[in-house]
Amino acid sequence: MATEFHNLQELRHSASLVTKVFVQRDYSEGTICRFQAKFPSELDNRIERTLLEETVKTLNSYYVEAEKIGGQSYLEGCLACATAYIVFLCMETRYEKVLKKITGYIQEQNEKIYAPRGLLLTDPVERGMRVLEISVFEDRGSGSSSPSSSLSSAGSSAR
Amino acid sequence: MMKNCEYQQIDPRALSVSPSSTQSHTETKVQRSRRKWEVFPGKNRFFCNGRIILARQSGILPLTLGLIVVTCGLFFAFDCPFLVKHLTVFIPVIGGVLFVFVVTSLLRTSFTDPGILPRATPDEATDIEKQIDTSGSSTYRPPPRTKEILINQQVVKLKYCFTCKMFRPPRTSHCSLCDNCVERFDHHCPWVGNCVGKRNYRFFYSFIISLSFLTSFIFGCVVTHITLRSQEGKSLVQSIQESPASVVELVICFFSIWSIMGLSGFHTYLIASNLTTNEDIKGSWSSKRCTEDSGNPYSYNSIITNCCATLCGPMPPSLIDTRGFLSLDEAIPAASASELELPPFTAKNDAHMCTQSTKDVLERMVHSYDIHDLCPPGTPKTTPLGLEVSSTAAPSTEPSPSAGCLRQHALQPMADPCPPFSRSSKRRDSLHSINPAFRLASPSPSLSHTTLILGDAPAIGFIPLP
Repeated sequence: MATEFHNLQELRHSASLVTKVFVQRDYSEGTICRFQAKFPSELDNRIERTLLEETVKTLNSYYVEAEKIGGQSYLEGCLACATAYIVFLCMETRYEKVLKKITGYIQEQNEKIYAPRGLLLTDPVERGMRVLEISVFEDRGSGSSSPSSSLSSAGSSAR
Repeated sequence: MMKNCEYQQIDPRALSVSPSSTQSHTETKVQRSRRKWEVFPGKNRFFCNGRIILARQSGILPLTLGLIVVTCGLFFAFDCPFLVKHLTVFIPVIGGVLFVFVVTSLLRTSFTDPGILPRATPDEATDIEKQIDTSGSSTYRPPPRTKEILINQQVVKLKYCFTCKMFRPPRTSHCSLCDNCVERFDHHCPWVGNCVGKRNYRFFYSFIISLSFLTSFIFGCVVTHITLRSQEGKSLVQSIQESPASVVELVICFFSIWSIMGLSGFHTYLIASNLTTNEDIKGSWSSKRCTEDSGNPYSYNSIITNCCATLCGPMPPSLIDTRGFLSLDEAIPAASASELELPPFTAKNDAHMCTQSTKDVLERMVHSYDIHDLCPPGTPKTTPLGLEVSSTAAPSTEPSPSAGCLRQHALQPMADPCPPFSRSSKRRDSLHSINPAFRLASPSPSLSHTTLILGDAPAIGFIPLP
């Protein structure tokens, strides 16, 4: 049942979007950015539980690193304050650097793990850090993709 | 002929097909790729091609700037020459440094994105709707407006934002003036012409602190100036006549000092206890409201850590990506959403709608049977309350609810019924007195509820099931 895609380009060209699954934020530790480790049931037969949990755990650790209040952030803050915050216009903050790392990580995960299983992770930054969006694709060529087309025709007739 | 509206959840699969089918249509329509700030749904103004963000009403920012520049200008022109001659050259130097600090902090506060949360995409909104409407019943129940979560072993209620179509993260509030959800919302400052939130709170704080220093410094210098002049054998009146600008500065500084210093003190207290103005005013964590073992769950229980976390913490980047380019599938819903939005739906109209008599509301609801598909998008402007949803009374939210429909043909402004539950007791009394009539006019509880989720894409909407 699981469709095989060899790379992201193939996924985008030959597959149709079936649904999107959202992993919500976990606020149990305050306002720090953290995603729930709960495995969404819709992905039960698409991907192994451990793989997704591993990805979410790594992402959470990246966010912890970005938002860590420690020596470097104090230095950055004090320097910025002393220069009347003009330094923020010239310099990339630590948070932005970590976010770039996260984008690279998600890209890599997509290519190696998720695209071959017909899934695609969207960087949370593009969704306002609210959700981790997982797009579920179905191969257009296969017969199982008909539900999406029939629903669209039903939807248009209802209008 | 009476037609009943039908509530139908839009399947996200239907959504996904639309971009590809209208691909050719968009290619002809969108000639150049637009930046995201051009289709930003909130009430903000953008300058320098999305680099600078301001609230729509700039408030009294020009006045603030004007006062600061004029006072400092007069100081440098009239007081400094005398003081340099009689005291030290460091006076204008210190004044200059403080002035630079004040102006840059002010401009940074005004022009920085305060931590605006982008609105939920239609897919997200649908997913949230699906999650809360888990009963699967045919009659449409209004979704619960609050969600309770545990933060550091303390129960916190997350409210659902009808404008942004998402459950607000903790400490986030919807600013009615800017029509955006802002993270760690402190307040909307008219002096600065922008909201004060997570990303610009430190700029705001440095603005008020440096302004306190500047006003006290100028006040002190001007007093010294006049004192020194009068000591040279002239009377006080004569000294003032020789330097009239000093009086102007004295008056301005005297009146500003109290308010600015008071504000600085207040915000220092807030920072030390890791609170926002919003939380303090509402008394969210005060001992009166909460039970014994609850308090501020965000506090680090140490003044120094709280200060450092707020002021020297990491600087999160802007989430709204003002200068990014719109992808094709985003361009379509954004373009049509802007066509649908009616200018009349401003904050004023919403307030007006909420104060209309319930009689009008009932009449309109009867009319709504006939114009089932003529529901324009409206946006609630104030924070929705956690509602007690009862089957007897018509449930709707406290701000004027939005009636969303599928992509429809004509749009007629249909005022939405006001909620029976609200903070003002006056409204409650009037509604309670005619409650039975209210119930009668709405045969199906589903129809009386007009609080619907409106997506940015016109394809999103919920129509009540009969």
